[in-house]
Amino acid sequence: MQYDVVVIGAGVVGAMITRELSKYNLNLMLVEKCSDVAMGATKANSAIVHAGFDAEVGSLKAKLNVQGASLMAYYCNKLSVPYKNIGSLVVAYDWDDMQTLEVLFERGFNNGVPNMEIISQERLRIMEPYISEEAIGALWAPTAGIVSPYELAIAAVENAIMNGARVKRNSGVFDIEYKDGLFYLSTASGVIKAKYVVNCAGIFSDKIAAMIGDTSIKLIPRKGEYYLLDKTEKKMVNHVLFQCPSPMGKGILVSPTVHGNVLMGPTALDLDFDSKLDLDTTIDGLDTVKKSVKGVIPQMTTRNAITSFSGIRAHRAGEDSDFLIAPSEVNNHFVNVAGVESPGLTAAPAIARYVGKIFNEIAPEYEKKKDFKATRPAPVRVNELSLEERAKLIKKDSRYGRIICRCEGITEGEIVDAIKAPCGARDVDAVKRRTRSGMGRCQGGFCGSKVVEILARELDIPMNKVTKYGNGSKILFDKTK
Amino acid sequence: MMKYDLVVVGGGPAGMAAALKAKECGVKKIIILERSETLGGILEQCIHTGFGLHYFGQELSGPEYAYRFIKELEKTDIDVKVDTMVTEIQPGNVVIATNNVDGMLRINATAIILAMGCRERPRGALDMPGSRASGIMTAGTAQKYVNINGYMPGKKIVILGSGDIGLIMARRMTLEGAKVEMVCELMPYSGGLTRNIVQCLDDLGIPLKLSCTVIKTHGIGRLEGVTVANVDENRRPIPGTEQFVECDTLLLSVGLIPENELTRMAGIIIDPVTNGAIVDEYRQTSRSGVFACGNVLQVHDLVDYVTEESQIAGEGAAKYILSKGKSKGGKSRNGKDIHVKAKDGVRYVVPQNINRSTDRDVKVYFRVSDIYKDTYVVVTSGDKELYRKKKRKLAPGEMENVTVKLEDIACLESNEITVKLEVGKNG
Repeated sequence: MQYDVVVIGAGVVGAMITRELSKYNLNLMLVEKCSDVAMGATKANSAIVHAGFDAEVGSLKAKLNVQGASLMAYYCNKLSVPYKNIGSLVVAYDWDDMQTLEVLFERGFNNGVPNMEIISQERLRIMEPYISEEAIGALWAPTAGIVSPYELAIAAVENAIMNGARVKRNSGVFDIEYKDGLFYLSTASGVIKAKYVVNCAGIFSDKIAAMIGDTSIKLIPRKGEYYLLDKTEKKMVNHVLFQCPSPMGKGILVSPTVHGNVLMGPTALDLDFDSKLDLDTTIDGLDTVKKSVKGVIPQMTTRNAITSFSGIRAHRAGEDSDFLIAPSEVNNHFVNVAGVESPGLTAAPAIARYVGKIFNEIAPEYEKKKDFKATRPAPVRVNELSLEERAKLIKKDSRYGRIICRCEGITEGEIVDAIKAPCGARDVDAVKRRTRSGMGRCQGGFCGSKVVEILARELDIPMNKVTKYGNGSKILFDKTK
Repeated sequence: MMKYDLVVVGGGPAGMAAALKAKECGVKKIIILERSETLGGILEQCIHTGFGLHYFGQELSGPEYAYRFIKELEKTDIDVKVDTMVTEIQPGNVVIATNNVDGMLRINATAIILAMGCRERPRGALDMPGSRASGIMTAGTAQKYVNINGYMPGKKIVILGSGDIGLIMARRMTLEGAKVEMVCELMPYSGGLTRNIVQCLDDLGIPLKLSCTVIKTHGIGRLEGVTVANVDENRRPIPGTEQFVECDTLLLSVGLIPENELTRMAGIIIDPVTNGAIVDEYRQTSRSGVFACGNVLQVHDLVDYVTEESQIAGEGAAKYILSKGKSKGGKSRNGKDIHVKAKDGVRYVVPQNINRSTDRDVKVYFRVSDIYKDTYVVVTSGDKELYRKKKRKLAPGEMENVTVKLEDIACLESNEITVKLEVGKNG
């Protein structure tokens, strides 16, 4: 099959770009090497909408961050994705830190971040009653927020499919040939032809670019480890709490999540070039997170941790760590979107528009559709309904009355919806990301086996063919004796 | 809105025994709400024997033990709704539940018995670094796959934690043809019953490694192995003792947590040690008319004791209902209650409160915090010693109890009873 555009990589950036390009009259394909969308940095990051005072003035990062922050509410509303505009605080502990806040304020002002303030210890204490007594002030940025990154990616992909895009998962690209104005992408599911390619392969975007002879991208995998705490801890923190930044990034933060948990992390450890799949958590990394957060909120413990995990950010090697978003020097029908580390999630809506503009310039022959559907309908979330609404819904479909995940109150109906959705769930973790089944404090202890049963039934496969997250992650072996 | 005298949340051994006892005591309208498809709770997947030795004087399998109560229930007019999940207990003891037949249920209850049981501690609650491969699951999840779904969750197995479910699964997986490499226990002693260590590990030649833990999981996709290491007295891994063990499955049996989400939502006071409600001698919680029993109140070692405790709660609820809500809540409101305290090697006690005007001997259950040999269990109140008995061996894995006599309670001067250990002088 020949496509006008193939987007490589279904992280949040690739997903948002695919949605943007689905506004045009063209044959559009999104390919992803993993078993699901949002499987890389998108599923393991800080889930923060940054206000935009970190990036260097004049950089693409700064511009797209501030734009993205102001677009996020609109996109999350259109795509029915959880987002909360809770604001962020950079906490200062001494006069050096206070100087840093001034620098951040200036930079933020120049980047166009609205309504920042440097606030007093007293006001900080009122906003964050559990904050360390050592904290003496903070930079308050009310435009910051929190979002569910993987749900944003999933929603954007679903919306793109509603607008005619196609998605192929389990289809890693291992070779690209360019001939007679067409890219021939060799993938795990056959050769795909494309007139234009957008490379959003995250930490692997260097390898993808190298396949057309473009060796301009150099990436360092930078690992970050996190703890996710139980909802019981949510009273401890009201805003995104940063510490003063270091050269390795914005430091370890502690923040509520959109679902009412508490997230703390990340560490920052540069890995070897070949360790892009090293997602192991480590004793040192997790200890670092614990100790660091103790400095911000002394009473915060990991006793009520639900899980710990790590993610890899695609950091650009060398002096220039700005986002690299441009047609390749080797072939201008091949657009690189690389080095999108933090604030990549925040910037994603703005990156999508930016790439849309680039596409318009390199491919002016395509016109926009008149019937683009900008809205992705909200999935049913039973526990957000009133008792009357729930009763009505169960009358229509009784599966919404059968609770499978006790901790999060997720019903069979919601799980079946997630499997039957466009680009629906095919494994246990994919169900979890779409419904939150198994995301609670028992971590799937009770519902795990039931989700396996439902997946097997709906996909018409035996239970032992159901996986945790695709390739190799089998759950069950043979039948018992 | 439906109206019942008694709503029992949970149809496992606790809920069934409590409901039956309440019926026997004269309560008219009773309903059991059970979230699974069947009554019996976790017993349904416990196909091994060892249940009922105390209560029935017979060795039964889990389903057999449950069936005896299910049969009794069938003889009564107690209503049962399975596949029904209680989502909320509203003020005024209104129970909200949902299922796929009735939609949303709203039940007005005179009294409520909480019998939701417990869940297993998952991996996330441990600081276990490494990969997020598949093949890491709780022992109970594996038990369900093997005994209910009929699938093997693994072939080459390491078990972390020597809780009873882990020990039972070591045997079960071996009998099904899997190789159980070892059971690692962080503590210097096992948290499981001695008989399970003998029957499930020793008899099958499975090594139990004490003061040992898993410090890393390996594998992308499916688990490929774990690194185990010995730990020092502070439970920190000792460098140099690391050992890689090849396996495709890691089963966790590292503790049970009472499922008190509903209890907390209802504003009921929780004991930070048991993670269950604070109750009086009839298992009434800090909320009037709400009782709790079984593993939701304290994690039991034997189902027989769950039954015993639940009958007390059933009787208590019956008294409450029949006297139309005159009896007092478990939390002291008028200063006349007697507080039961745990001290010196006793980790917790249940019940935590006794009504001074109680009408019965009170059996106080407790667990100890370490292994003790030739030690006295002592109960005191003020200067008065109420009980003293020497025990050959006390272990954290086994629940103990002492009975405080009605005549002693009636004439107590102090508002406190203390249960503690004293190391034997002649031991």
